[in-house]
Amino acid sequence: MKPGLLVRKRSVEPRAPAPRPNDATTVSGHRRSRWRKDRVLIGLAAPGFLAVVLFNYVPLLGNVVAFQDFQPYLGVAGSQFIGFDNFDIIISGDAEFLNALRNTLVITFIQVVLVFPLPICLALLLNSLMNDRVKVLVQSVLYLPHFLSWVIVVALFQNMFGATGQFNSILAATGLPGVTIMGVPELFKAVITSQVIWKDTGWSAIIYLAALSRVDTNLYEAAALDRAGPWQRLWHVTLPAIRPVIILLLILKLGDALSVGFEQILLQQAPVGTSVSEVLDTYVYNNGIVGQNWGVAAAIGLVKGIVGVILVLAANRVAHVFGERGVYQR
Amino acid sequence: MRRTERPVWMGPVSWPAVVLRAAVLLVACLAVLLPFLSVVMTSLAGQEEINEAGGFVLWAAEPTLNAYRAVLSGGVVTQAMIVSIGVTAVGTAVSLLSTIGLAYGLSRPGSLGHGLMLRVTLFTLFFTPGIIPMYLLVQHLGLIDQWAALILPVMVNAFNVIVMRSFFLDMPGELIEAAKIDGASEFATLVRIVLPLSRAVVAVVGLFYAVAYWNAFFTALLYIQSPEKWPLSLVLRTFVVDQTPIGADELSAGSTALPPQTAIQTAIIALSVIPVLVIYPFLQKHFRAGLLVGGVKG
Repeated sequence: MKPGLLVRKRSVEPRAPAPRPNDATTVSGHRRSRWRKDRVLIGLAAPGFLAVVLFNYVPLLGNVVAFQDFQPYLGVAGSQFIGFDNFDIIISGDAEFLNALRNTLVITFIQVVLVFPLPICLALLLNSLMNDRVKVLVQSVLYLPHFLSWVIVVALFQNMFGATGQFNSILAATGLPGVTIMGVPELFKAVITSQVIWKDTGWSAIIYLAALSRVDTNLYEAAALDRAGPWQRLWHVTLPAIRPVIILLLILKLGDALSVGFEQILLQQAPVGTSVSEVLDTYVYNNGIVGQNWGVAAAIGLVKGIVGVILVLAANRVAHVFGERGVYQR
Repeated sequence: MRRTERPVWMGPVSWPAVVLRAAVLLVACLAVLLPFLSVVMTSLAGQEEINEAGGFVLWAAEPTLNAYRAVLSGGVVTQAMIVSIGVTAVGTAVSLLSTIGLAYGLSRPGSLGHGLMLRVTLFTLFFTPGIIPMYLLVQHLGLIDQWAALILPVMVNAFNVIVMRSFFLDMPGELIEAAKIDGASEFATLVRIVLPLSRAVVAVVGLFYAVAYWNAFFTALLYIQSPEKWPLSLVLRTFVVDQTPIGADELSAGSTALPPQTAIQTAIIALSVIPVLVIYPFLQKHFRAGLLVGGVKG
């Protein structure tokens, strides 16, 4: 999740339309003259805006195949409507679907509990460094993996932990039996969790560091005067100061609860099998695109999308109830 | 000196804590850097060194560029490099132009339709259209197995539009007004006044797009079918992640003896990583400028 979502609040409110000095006759809102005045601006925005609409909103129409017995050679127009039949898999609790759902939720749970706090700890650690040069150096190194694709990350992990990887060479050198960590189904969730930690902990810390840099140092000084030790300052000054950011990122994470590491998991399904590795997104891909079971895959994708939006909005509502700012304000 | 004075209120330095922190950060940095070192060294090693190390090499005593020569002398990897470079170059240019246009159009207060367009753009951050509908649209547009399918669906990223728009909004309004009074059109204002002052944000957004195009994997898996049109990410998946053996046919290396498989595989990884490593310092210097997180203050 990119930190940019945070800017939403500020950006939604356009600045008050300031009347421009030299076109007082046109501000009154005659559409024709406004169009003449603004057509260059609209023309500049048009290509990008059309791309946004075409590749974000138009595909939503494609969800009609969720209600069809879709056949590619008949197309969306020619395929037969079958009502909610495609949703039977969800309603009747198909074993494979439930397995994918369970894996998704387990992985989300692991990531919220084990992965989510790490960037906060890292940011606190970096923030406590006095030497700026060391801080910048460490940051530069730790941000780097975020810019690598999952294919590269998985390849690097195989290099370290695959059948002929570094880890096994070390085991062999010390006379221990080798183990192919990346091919053991029981270890799959641990492997993908450690990959997520390796790739994104550094980058995720950036947002907390920004929040930490804005904490008023007078507060620390006042706390210290009141005999608060380092841990008390952390608990009573630092954490409350970054609490809105933590809650905001947690909300976004919960909104994403049903989407876990799609590319990452798809790349590593083959050696461990689908029973431990199938998640909702890979289920949709494997059934729809690979298995040509279009209608069912689209139905599950649609439900997943709707639940995702509901989750973000609901989490945000909960945040408001507790008096926090959340993603957007009412 | 870059060292900030330690404020008095912090109390005395606790040495065990300092050592512990240093150890944690050192381990974290090594965990990030060692895999890179191992990949580069293995790609430079010969067969004996690889055998001796039992797979991967941490220090190549006699470095050789044979693996790079083999994969870059024509064949699938070379072809995929060219595709990836082309898609990244064209995609970044197209994305930047459309993003600048949209961000600027949405940054002039009170212009016609700007509120609606802004909301429509922002709302895309809330949802993704889903794999099947996306595939059907791309298919409907006739883009399956076309390189355009790697660019058009991801051409405009709402996050990048917002970053750029906030930058334009923070620009002193007097500059733009002055240009208007001098009779400059909106287009001339953008090109002559706004863009020269926005080099930093254009660079960062451009680099973000470039990295995204270079790294694109799933769009390629979904939309590109012919192996000769593959970008580097699909080659990496097939020959490194899935361990499909790569031979003389794939490399068109001619009669010369093939370098070890491991060296070839790590060379492909290194070739995928190097462009990111090259542009990373340029990206990195903007992180501290607070450009990307500037909006958090709300």
